[in-house]
Amino acid sequence: MLYAILSTFLVAAIAPAVHRVTGRASGWVLGLLPAALFVYFLSFLPAVSSGESIVLSWPWLPGLDIHLSFLVDGLSLLFALLISGIGFFIVTYAGRYLEGHRDLGRFYVIILAFMGSMLGLVLADNLIAMFVFWELTSITSYLLIGYNHENADARKYALQGLIVTVGGGLALLAGIVMLAMAGGSYELSEILANGDVVREHSLYLPLLILILIGAFTKSAQVPFHFWLPRAMAAPTPVSAYLHSATMVKAGVYLLARLNPSLGGTEIWFTTLALFGAITMFTGVFLAFRSTGVKQVLAYSTVMALGTLTMLIGIGTETALMAAMAFLLAHSLYKGALFMVAGILDHEAGAKDFLQTGGLRTALPVTAAFAILAALSLGGVIPLFGFVAKELMLESVLEAPGLVGILTLLAVLTAILGVAVAAIVGIRPWFGARVETPKTPHHEAPPAMLAGPVVLASLGLIFGLGPGLADEGLVNAAAASVQGAPVDGYLALWHGINWPLAISAFSLIAGGLLYWRWEQARRALAWVDQAAEYGPEKGYFKMMDGLVWLSEWQTRVLQNGYLRYYVIVIVVMTAGLVGVTAQLFDVSVGTVHFERLRIHEMAIIAVLAASMLFAVTTRSRLGAVAALGSLGFTVALVYVLYSAADVGITQVLVETLTVILLVLVLFRLPGFLSLSSSALRLRDAGIALITGGMITLLMLSTLDARLFDSIAQYFIEESEPSGYGRNIVNVVLVDFRALDTLGEIFVLALAAIGVYAMIRFRAEDRR
Amino acid sequence: MEVVMSFVIGGMYAAAIYMMLRRSIVKLVIGLVLLSNAANLLIFTMAGMLPGAPPLIPPGATMPEGLSADPLAQAVVLTAIVIGFGVLAFAVVLIHRAYEVVKADDMDQMKDTDR
Repeated sequence: MLYAILSTFLVAAIAPAVHRVTGRASGWVLGLLPAALFVYFLSFLPAVSSGESIVLSWPWLPGLDIHLSFLVDGLSLLFALLISGIGFFIVTYAGRYLEGHRDLGRFYVIILAFMGSMLGLVLADNLIAMFVFWELTSITSYLLIGYNHENADARKYALQGLIVTVGGGLALLAGIVMLAMAGGSYELSEILANGDVVREHSLYLPLLILILIGAFTKSAQVPFHFWLPRAMAAPTPVSAYLHSATMVKAGVYLLARLNPSLGGTEIWFTTLALFGAITMFTGVFLAFRSTGVKQVLAYSTVMALGTLTMLIGIGTETALMAAMAFLLAHSLYKGALFMVAGILDHEAGAKDFLQTGGLRTALPVTAAFAILAALSLGGVIPLFGFVAKELMLESVLEAPGLVGILTLLAVLTAILGVAVAAIVGIRPWFGARVETPKTPHHEAPPAMLAGPVVLASLGLIFGLGPGLADEGLVNAAAASVQGAPVDGYLALWHGINWPLAISAFSLIAGGLLYWRWEQARRALAWVDQAAEYGPEKGYFKMMDGLVWLSEWQTRVLQNGYLRYYVIVIVVMTAGLVGVTAQLFDVSVGTVHFERLRIHEMAIIAVLAASMLFAVTTRSRLGAVAALGSLGFTVALVYVLYSAADVGITQVLVETLTVILLVLVLFRLPGFLSLSSSALRLRDAGIALITGGMITLLMLSTLDARLFDSIAQYFIEESEPSGYGRNIVNVVLVDFRALDTLGEIFVLALAAIGVYAMIRFRAEDRR
Repeated sequence: MEVVMSFVIGGMYAAAIYMMLRRSIVKLVIGLVLLSNAANLLIFTMAGMLPGAPPLIPPGATMPEGLSADPLAQAVVLTAIVIGFGVLAFAVVLIHRAYEVVKADDMDQMKDTDR
């Protein structure tokens, strides 16, 4: 399993080379990887569909209890199969769709890296590993949306998607840590078995909110839905893969995954069902209003994500079956339809439904399978979309609460959904031939047709034989979401009941709506103005605010004046020390001035005098001389107080310093009086306060001994272990030899820098 | 001695900070020298100032006789002195070079290298 996921990253790394070697066939060659992964995941199918769940684990950071462990059960396997299966069609499709694009090699790198991240996300058993993969999908998604990086819009909306999803990711991280605290483990398989503990934990509410923010941003739930249609700036294969079939479902995956542990409470049901239902309706409503091919599909994806969230929130057995069936159905038809959208763009140059019409003769195969997929989208019998939709309506009617509002929204969604399906399935293909920007001369190439053909056909096969999908995986997936085996089964025909009646009604009403599409759209033009005040406005306001804030703080803090930096640092330090001293009642106590001996008095006097002179003198030579006298006096202090080695070093360094200063400073101009006396007074004030703070700090700690000095160890061990009688030397070259190595390194670096500055001059290169 | 040294070191810090707040870059360097001396003395003083007790072991013994000054603080200060010199040498040459390029000693005029 580890190798399966690693292999995607490895192949991603060599993809540009493969692309260069294989040229036109690169899509097929690189498609072998997802195909092989698909077969590999299929090998888990027999065990998983009989209800097993498999945990595979590798130690990663054992010290932090982070393992790279994978959990294969119905839910993760369903996702893994979708990711690798659709991934195969996407890679081959992209090989033709982006043929000749100069960055195709880079595209393969990112899309394969994305595939690996997504597989890791759905298969990970460790929460931290899952989070890492989660963020990786956000980052690869950012790179893919911004693939056409010369396009300003692509960059802007790539950033928007990144900020929204990564912002949610931050909340998710906090939620995950809390979940691990509540559940007592970072392993999903253990947390899921501990559901009651988590639900009764005092952290339940905060962790639920944080995790929901993460899931809702990723899965484009209202009010975060705006980023998904904007992400359509990506090339079509990316939209088909990330923004319909896989990445945006990561949030739904997380909700489904954690359902056994977090679900079943009042707040879980209310939040998920309401947000889901509102998102579902908002999505389909906006889809009906749009005319751009990819916009319609993107908004209908928002609808699907809302439906899934709502179903997981409802949480009954029927609802969970419906969610898994709907997930599968949606991935199949939406993947197919996005690829059809790419074909429309590629062959006919059409990006808007208003530019299309009567294309069925020019693109007969595309048209046939687009219609098949659209029928599934509309939930028409006998396609798999119908099976899922019936179950969805049934679970809404049997919801544990909010039946009225959920049913209303579901019925409206069903009607508009049919209309949207008609826009997709009828508008481009039938009616009078509309002049498209490019006249399609031939049917799309096989690499681009394979996806729509297979995915749309699967929708039909699963519809006619729902048992196939059911026993294969949907049942096992629903069981992992429920955390217990599922008794229900999928069926095409449930008899004559309310869901069927609603379906029939929505077919007629939706058909009528499509017939009056133009008028309906015109009547809904006010939505555009209303959308100006939508959540996206909030996003842009926030971004403007961020830019303003960073400009402001740069102006204030990074102003380019060294002295203001020094003032900020010094005042902050002194202030913090002062406040802390106040808070903790640090007192200096009584200061005893011991009797000073005559040479000590002399030392103090020389230090004070040279210090004062260095600060006040107008002469450079005087200042350097004062520094020298200060330095040698300090050396005297070291020698007098038992530090002969330090004293020797200080004398040497001081000599060198004085020589250096004399040599260099005299090539610089004399001192100027640059500041006004008011400024001098201010600086003197700051300096004196800080110096005073240092003095106070020293006085208050002089007699404090919180711990025994570790010096005793060096004194005792110097001779026996270090074989040296000068303890300071032994410390330097033996006990703390690494410090000395670092010191040598610093000196070497300084020497190289000095040499470079003297030796290399910019003028030489001119 | 430690008590008096506390005042001297405080004064040295004040002098260093005052010099570092000046616009003349040469004064900045003087501030830097003062600061590193002050910091070294601070560490040295805080370890306790003990006259006439060097951390040396007489031949034949395994421990110094009687009380001995803190060898660790001395080692740290020794390292710090040398590193301080390295930094100073670098800073001084950098300033010299900067002066050659921008022909200004006033740091407010050193905002860019375009002539």
